[in-house]
Amino acid sequence: MAGNTPSTFDPVAATRMVTSLGHNAAIGARYVAHGADWMELAIDYREDLVGDTTTGVLASGPIITLMDMATSMAIWVRRGALAPQATLDLRVDYLRAATPGRSVVGRGECYRLTRRVAFVRGMAHDGDPDDPIAHVAGTFMMTDAA
Amino acid sequence: MAGVPKLPPYARFLGISAEAGEDGPLFRLPFAVSVMGRPHFLHGGAIAGLLEIAALGTVLERLRDEPGVSIKPINVTVDYMRGGRERETFAAATILRLGTRIANVEAFAWQEDRDKLIASARMTLMVRRPKATGEG
Repeated sequence: MAGNTPSTFDPVAATRMVTSLGHNAAIGARYVAHGADWMELAIDYREDLVGDTTTGVLASGPIITLMDMATSMAIWVRRGALAPQATLDLRVDYLRAATPGRSVVGRGECYRLTRRVAFVRGMAHDGDPDDPIAHVAGTFMMTDAA
Repeated sequence: MAGVPKLPPYARFLGISAEAGEDGPLFRLPFAVSVMGRPHFLHGGAIAGLLEIAALGTVLERLRDEPGVSIKPINVTVDYMRGGRERETFAAATILRLGTRIANVEAFAWQEDRDKLIASARMTLMVRRPKATGEG
């Protein structure tokens, strides 16, 4: 990986841990790649995650979950530590419907980190990063900060 | 009388059910490990999913007498206010405006006390009315 994270934080092991149970496990999230301040995760297409049975298009909920997780982990990557944090808000623009049958890759980036707040952005695509399906922006609060 | 919208597979995956409420459908998400984030708390993504289902379901219910109409999300902004605990979560939505092409909706999620929201969402939806617009 291109990352130069100055710590013992291991994004692959962390992904294995956070996707081993609960909702992240239920949607089948998995590690794709990471860098110094970004993280890529993916989910595979599944019929039980469909939002519109007439088109077979994935619901937007699994995409939010993926992006919440990818942006959240991007903060850990940038901080070099798995520290407690809470999502304050997350906005998602759905640029187009995800293509039925394709896996969705979510890339989260922490572009600004203060003592208490992390600012994140990201995008999701289903094969071509130049043709994204969603863009996101959000903020997280460091709950371990004084 | 208000009715109950038909829920998509993703809503069933989360375990959401809907019932007729006073001002529109009331959505219910029982706690389960499959919607858990960090231990003992609801996942933010599952809360967002519930809010989106509430927003979409409430608009679909309002449009139930219009055959062929479909809606799809343009964007959503979710604000998280409290951690969701290991108990049942409720959601309901208010339609701020339902136009020919666009609907603006707000959705709210709470647990034991409706005045203590755990999260809210504002959603912009595209409304497709085949008869009004001539689109398929």
